[in-house]
Amino acid sequence: MRKNINQLRILIILAIIGASIFILMKFPINLGLDLQGGTRLVFEGQDTEKVKVSDDSMAGVAAVIRGRIDALGVTEPLIQRKGKSQVIVELPGIKDPDRAIKLIGDTALLEFVEAEWAPAGAAELTPEKIKEFYGKDARLAKVPEMRDNVVVSERPIILKQTALTGSDLKIAYPQIDEYGNPSVGFELNPDGSKIFAELTSRHIEKPIAIILDNKIISAPNVKTPITEGKGIITGNFTPEEVKDMVIKLKAGALPLPIKMVETRIVGPTLGRDSIDRSTVAGVIGFILIIFFMILYYRLPGFLADLALGIYIFATLAVLSLIHATLTLPGIAGFLLSIGMAVDANVIIFERLKEELRLGKTIKASIESAFERAFSAILDSNITTVIAAATLFFVGTGTIKGFAVTLSIGILVSMFTAIVLTRMMMEMMVDGKILTSTDTRLLYK
Amino acid sequence: MFDIIKKTRVWFLFSGTLIVLSIVTLMFNGMVRGKVLNFGIDFTGGTLLNLRFTQPVSVGQVREVLDTYKLGGAGIQKSGEKDILIRFEPLETEVRQKIVDDLGQKLGGVELLEADTIGPVIGSELRYQAIWALILASAGILIYLSFRFEFIYAAAGVVALLHDAIITTGFMALLFRNVDITFIAGILTILGYSINDTVVIFDRIRENLKRPGAQKKKFSELVNQSLWETMARSINTVLTVIVMVLMLLIFGGENIRDFCLLLLVGFTLGAYSSIFIASPLVVLWERGKK
Repeated sequence: MRKNINQLRILIILAIIGASIFILMKFPINLGLDLQGGTRLVFEGQDTEKVKVSDDSMAGVAAVIRGRIDALGVTEPLIQRKGKSQVIVELPGIKDPDRAIKLIGDTALLEFVEAEWAPAGAAELTPEKIKEFYGKDARLAKVPEMRDNVVVSERPIILKQTALTGSDLKIAYPQIDEYGNPSVGFELNPDGSKIFAELTSRHIEKPIAIILDNKIISAPNVKTPITEGKGIITGNFTPEEVKDMVIKLKAGALPLPIKMVETRIVGPTLGRDSIDRSTVAGVIGFILIIFFMILYYRLPGFLADLALGIYIFATLAVLSLIHATLTLPGIAGFLLSIGMAVDANVIIFERLKEELRLGKTIKASIESAFERAFSAILDSNITTVIAAATLFFVGTGTIKGFAVTLSIGILVSMFTAIVLTRMMMEMMVDGKILTSTDTRLLYK
Repeated sequence: MFDIIKKTRVWFLFSGTLIVLSIVTLMFNGMVRGKVLNFGIDFTGGTLLNLRFTQPVSVGQVREVLDTYKLGGAGIQKSGEKDILIRFEPLETEVRQKIVDDLGQKLGGVELLEADTIGPVIGSELRYQAIWALILASAGILIYLSFRFEFIYAAAGVVALLHDAIITTGFMALLFRNVDITFIAGILTILGYSINDTVVIFDRIRENLKRPGAQKKKFSELVNQSLWETMARSINTVLTVIVMVLMLLIFGGENIRDFCLLLLVGFTLGAYSSIFIASPLVVLWERGKK
């Protein structure tokens, strides 16, 4: 009978170890950006005259950003709204964070604006005069003439009303223009095609300014009416710029401009460094704790060490099950929790010493030690969890990770230190290894 | 058995001195150095660059290159043989890129380990969050302990916590170490850990009070007895955690050094305050009730 109980206990313990290892193999733990390298960006929506920051407009912003990132091909990106006006973007492992920043942060408002070349002397006119002569939307601008990425001259132009925007596009794609330069080809939707056909028919030999985010890209003169709704945007683009512009045009413009309020870029080296260093610290710390427990508490200390070993696997398994993300502070929190996890055992074993001194039998001593220690362990751990939980609700990013690791660690340690250690202690008694209180296996 | 409670005055004088010194240090920093703590960019907003050069470089070499940008107030710090940490006012992405490229060209190759930019608004939000976290955690602990013990126990426990938080902060102010978002995490971890210690002692007092014959004993004697009964535990527990913190401090690298230093001080104080502050306070207030 007793033998059977011990077999059952061994089975339970092995099952816990096995399940933990299985989970860890099957679902490896997510590493945070600070460990695997990557970029975290926080954008804040800016009010404009037309569009105000609202739940709808920010949801639109998040959707457009998602579209652009999907096109960029980042594995497991995170796009999350925060508060009323912010969007958090996390891009693990990207190589060129600065490109991503531009790609995501640009409004990408494409406009086709009816325009005409300014006559000589128009450049001196006041904005009021321009409005008077060319209509109420008219304004003066300059088209840069680029050669080898340097502005060689600027030609004044008068912009009138916007005829089409990026939302009239059906599709955009990279293309090569007649001179072999990378350009962006586009097709308009049916409504856009109609407007474009009408505009190009009555606007022969006059320019149409193509404007992206208030910057004139080019202002080609219309030569013949364009009725099939197709066109090409040329400029001094690099192939990469064309690629990014296509991504932006396909995903559409942001409903309102956004400003970057936070960037965190972590290169891949730093994370690897951190993991290596913490592992060394953790292993040495763990070994020291193991020795301490054995030297001080002898057999029970050894059992607590076994429970601590199981604790490490079980905690990591729980973390991977709840899809927690391990960050650098999180690793520190986990290592600290290893130091704290033996606390419950220390409380129990100190209690055991007292019970043994009272002259009880070994079985009775173990039983009352665990029972009496329970209230202290419960209350003390709950207060620690209160502090960790506060941290979770108040903190952000890596700090949340730290709070989760610490809380899970405390909860798991209560299980391993109380339930598992007790099981093992009773195993020792039932297995006739601990038969009397008068043994060197115990410390009194 | 040494009477800890009898010497209450000594402990209070010692802790009081530390608290006063902490506040003086904070005020001194505020007046002389312009800020009470060496707040990192998490709190103030700014740009932080963590760079690893291909060959060892000196702070002076880096400063020479940076001087051409006329950014003013850049803090440059060596964090390893080839590693340099630089703190600026918030930089635009393009400027930051240019600086890194420039440093790489002039000083023979550089790898970007880390680049953080935080707007000033986000930074100030964080400061409120930190204070909120402290208040919320203390309130939560106060409520839970009032419920499980008595209000004076809860209050004594929380006073001990604040004692730990203030002195640890003062210590960071004295060394003028960089204080960033992990500081909040550290302080709250210290709170959680320190109260853990305290509760175990309170639990023993609670149990001893229920024993037959407890009424005949003086309360202060009973508390003293409880302190000594839990002493081995108090010491062993803090030892195992401090071992871990020390290992992290020695092997964990520059990135978490400040965090570990904070925890080392905080945990030690937490163990001390549980024994020498929280428990004597309970005795003092219990006496006041009668």
